[in-house]
Amino acid sequence: MAGTLDAPRYHGRWHRPRTSVFWWLESWRYTRFVLRELTSVCVAWTALVLMAYVGAAGLGAEALATFLSWMGAPWLVAWHVVVLAGLVYHSVSWFSLAPSAMVVRVGGRRVPASLIVGGNVAAWVVVSAALLWLAGRA
Amino acid sequence: MSRRVAPLLWLLFSAGGTVAAFFYPALLLIVAFVLPFGYRDGTELSLAGLLQPAVVRGLLVVVVALPLFHWAHRFRYTLYDGLQLKHLAVLIAVLCYGSALASTFVAAYLLFTLP
Repeated sequence: MAGTLDAPRYHGRWHRPRTSVFWWLESWRYTRFVLRELTSVCVAWTALVLMAYVGAAGLGAEALATFLSWMGAPWLVAWHVVVLAGLVYHSVSWFSLAPSAMVVRVGGRRVPASLIVGGNVAAWVVVSAALLWLAGRA
Repeated sequence: MSRRVAPLLWLLFSAGGTVAAFFYPALLLIVAFVLPFGYRDGTELSLAGLLQPAVVRGLLVVVVALPLFHWAHRFRYTLYDGLQLKHLAVLIAVLCYGSALASTFVAAYLLFTLP
């Protein structure tokens, strides 16, 4: 820049420290943040699996059986354990952020954060139990 | 343009995050573990009866679509910040929201052409 018209001749070099692409490995807080953001990949994967399931079911019993035998492949089962852990992390972190996203007042008093988180988690458990029960009966 | 769309994208992000938080762990548990390894043959499951009402199909489209937009929004920022790809902003946004939108159409097509 030195010598051009729009910058002072003897201006020092701008100090712009380069951030490493692996900045999120520097501290556990950052790593946790990136892991939380990456749970969206688990969410998208699950959406695709649900679509594939419905698609296979639409093709008939044979296609559905093939699909389910694929789902039993060891590498896919291992991956799904990871995905499930990611989904649970998403749920837990989502619910624990809920009090910052919604401020509930009852009788002019703010409902304590722990109550909002607790209510969400309780609803989550009930919904999950209902879905699993439904799957066992269908 | 982007200033007008941004609130809608954040709304889809948080709606999708909520749907995924409540339903996805159980749904994955069912499709990836209970049905393939269940105590009964998964093929005898009668989805047809369960999915007959149009309301149920519509709800399922929502249950698939909203979390996809949640992913699109969150993953877009993960790429920006995590991999420092700010210069590819437009391309990343188009790919993320575009694939979420395309998948939504596929999901709707699959669900509403079910026998």
